[in-house]
Amino acid sequence: MTTTPLAVRADRAWWRVPQRHVPVLATFVLLLVMYGVGVAQYRAFSNIQVIFNIFIDNGFLLVVAVGMTFVILTGGIDLSVGSVVAMTAMVSASLLRDGMNPALVLVIALLIGPVLGFAMGCVIHYFDIQPFIVTLAGMFFARGMCTWISSTSIPITDGFWTSAAQERIRLGENFVSVSVLIALAVVAVAAFALAYTRLGRNVYAIGGNPQSALLMGLPVGRTKIAVYTISGLCSAIGGILLSFYTLSGAPLIAIGMELDVIAAVVIGGTLLTGGSGYVFGTVLGVLVLGVIQTLITFDGSLSSWWTKIVIGALLFAFILLQRLVGIRKK
Amino acid sequence: MSQRHPVLTMTAISKHFPGVRALDGVDFRLFPGEVHALMGENGAGKSTLIKVLTGVYGTDAGTITLDGTQVSFTGPMQAAAAGVSTVYQEVNLCTNLSVAENIFIGREPRRGGAINWRQMRRQAQEALARLDLHIDVSELLGSYSLAVQQMVAIARAVDVQARVLILDEPTSSLDADEVAQLLRIMRQLRDQGIAILFVTHFLDQVYGIADRITVLRNGRLVGEYLTADLPQLALVEKMIGKELDALEQLDSEAGKDPARVAEGSPLVEADGLGRSGAVAPFSLTIHAGEVVGMAGLLGSGRTEVARLFFGADRADKGQLVVDGKPVAIRNPIAAIDRDIAFCSENRRTEGLIGELSVRENIILAMQAARGWLRPVPRRKQDELVQRWIEALSIRPADPERPVRNLSGGNQQKVLLARWLITEPRLLILDEPTRGIDIGAKTEIQRLVAQLSDGGMAVLFISAELEEVLRLSHKVAVMRDRQLVAQLTNDESLDADRVMRAIASGARQEGLEKA
Repeated sequence: MTTTPLAVRADRAWWRVPQRHVPVLATFVLLLVMYGVGVAQYRAFSNIQVIFNIFIDNGFLLVVAVGMTFVILTGGIDLSVGSVVAMTAMVSASLLRDGMNPALVLVIALLIGPVLGFAMGCVIHYFDIQPFIVTLAGMFFARGMCTWISSTSIPITDGFWTSAAQERIRLGENFVSVSVLIALAVVAVAAFALAYTRLGRNVYAIGGNPQSALLMGLPVGRTKIAVYTISGLCSAIGGILLSFYTLSGAPLIAIGMELDVIAAVVIGGTLLTGGSGYVFGTVLGVLVLGVIQTLITFDGSLSSWWTKIVIGALLFAFILLQRLVGIRKK
Repeated sequence: MSQRHPVLTMTAISKHFPGVRALDGVDFRLFPGEVHALMGENGAGKSTLIKVLTGVYGTDAGTITLDGTQVSFTGPMQAAAAGVSTVYQEVNLCTNLSVAENIFIGREPRRGGAINWRQMRRQAQEALARLDLHIDVSELLGSYSLAVQQMVAIARAVDVQARVLILDEPTSSLDADEVAQLLRIMRQLRDQGIAILFVTHFLDQVYGIADRITVLRNGRLVGEYLTADLPQLALVEKMIGKELDALEQLDSEAGKDPARVAEGSPLVEADGLGRSGAVAPFSLTIHAGEVVGMAGLLGSGRTEVARLFFGADRADKGQLVVDGKPVAIRNPIAAIDRDIAFCSENRRTEGLIGELSVRENIILAMQAARGWLRPVPRRKQDELVQRWIEALSIRPADPERPVRNLSGGNQQKVLLARWLITEPRLLILDEPTRGIDIGAKTEIQRLVAQLSDGGMAVLFISAELEEVLRLSHKVAVMRDRQLVAQLTNDESLDADRVMRAIASGARQEGLEKA
């Protein structure tokens, strides 16, 4: 038998999962198991509204996590998201209090995040500084701006905001909020962008090997700046959704949210080193966090800190899983 | 022929780096439908010339003309768009993307703004079929061998309607069959009228395919020649700039005497050592002062054997015996404790730390052996480093220069110096001469001969049979992750016999299993 030098891999059996899908699949199985536990334990858990509520309660988190997915796929990190969410809500609340036209407020609030993200992206790219430290600076800056605007919470009474907050979109016997639709739209756009646009594919290439991406002639700098801008935009949208949800702007809201977001993205199967992951995984990651919270609420006797403990354990497990998949590949 | 015009002309190109004159008034031209070999020792300026051409670096002086118009590319993408594509020595693709994407990223076929994946896969399949490669293009690139990745890189380069294709040492990690396939593809592309700039260290390949040769030395142009007019020896002389019969000299110098070294008890002995999935159990002895050559094709398990000796991988079968005592070498530190040193094949990724200086890189292993609490005094460092820079003639002879600024051959010498400084008793060299020029190669070969004369045992792994035969007292032949033969290097052993052992190992597996 002559062996050809360029051995061709045998055709994969249809039921074998490609290795790159393993983490997402693991998250999906985990989600099903946790949901199954909930349904088995609590009768009310099987109500479809429970799932809708998870989306309602975590819509803003989902949007921010989608932006973070872009950043992490390039191998970067964005620590500023929680502060930008808070700042967007604060700016909206204070401008509305001053009686500005709500449409104009929306435009201004949605511009703050991307502008800051763009600025951080430029610093990261042109000065070749670690994203960790640049976005840490952004985080402090945005949080500081919040308290500068007001050291106390500002309630929102504007008609547009309150109607957006209270509008229930009926789906049969159940309902979702406007925020859920917006979040799902963001997810759809992001998933399309990552899979079907050059920008999206460049994001993966840079996360895989920035040096190669440069030599293949891809616009590395532009793409890096773009992902931080996208993350900023997602944070701004998240901030608006949060202000719909709480109908206020508070200087100390969403503290530590960036860490929840990173956890959701990683549990959703995106490699922290970049180059591998899906928006769909991030949706699953957010849902996992939501189901944990719901389970703990249903139990009633557990302190909410259990959410953090479980998330911590899961994060460990998923980082180990990623490592194992990576080792097997070699 | 005289009617033809060069597709590309570079005139009086100069490029300086801090402290280095990388290119000094170099002229270069490329004709369509020709393979033009760019030759020179490491540090001659080949890589710099290519990087200047493709816009990775700017020029300090000189002009580049493509099809009669002066150009100045700002980067590889712009160069590629103008028809100048490059395939680099290390495959510069993204292993986390599919094969199809690696060929098309940056210029994916689109329909209505969205990437048309189906069309992209089809076109990728076609592009690879033209290179006789039939693989699943939707698989990740990382799941294929380095050779396949290299072919994919070439497919990407020629698919952009390239008129000039630059191949920067594309063959250095391929085995013989793969090289033959690559050369066939190059001929095919040349016949289509593409001008190919070919950089390689393999003279056989140059004489097998190049129509024209340009030689650089120390950043200066030596000359441009038709291959037919330039005998091999003359080429080597022009590259090195001195009469070179050092290689022949070495043969007589070495004075190999297999009987001498095989006396006494072995220094290191592998007894049924193996690791499932990597190397089948094998037995091999290495005596003090003995050079054991390791021959075999790429992927035959040569490196895996070396890694077992060094404890870089853990053996799950058999026993390693050092100085007659069974030892368990679980990690490199245990190996270093027993005076075993290992220069790995991938000097960039596994050996040297590019940002650190020559001095720091050389001192590293010695410092590790002493433990971090007992730093090597700076005076002693300087003294040792200076001695080894001189002994191995590392260029430039500046201990404080970051290693990444050195050429491949000099990086290899730095790596060697790092281990020699620890005075090992067994030195494992994995492809120490790969991708480096003849001058440096000769120096390293001579050094190995000297070290073994001085009593050091050497396990010498190389894809070049000639080199293995020249240096070794004993040749161990690997085939399909098995040690299939051990041949004593006496007068009767020649490249033919070793090759037969490599080839027959598979067919008579049952008979020849060592």
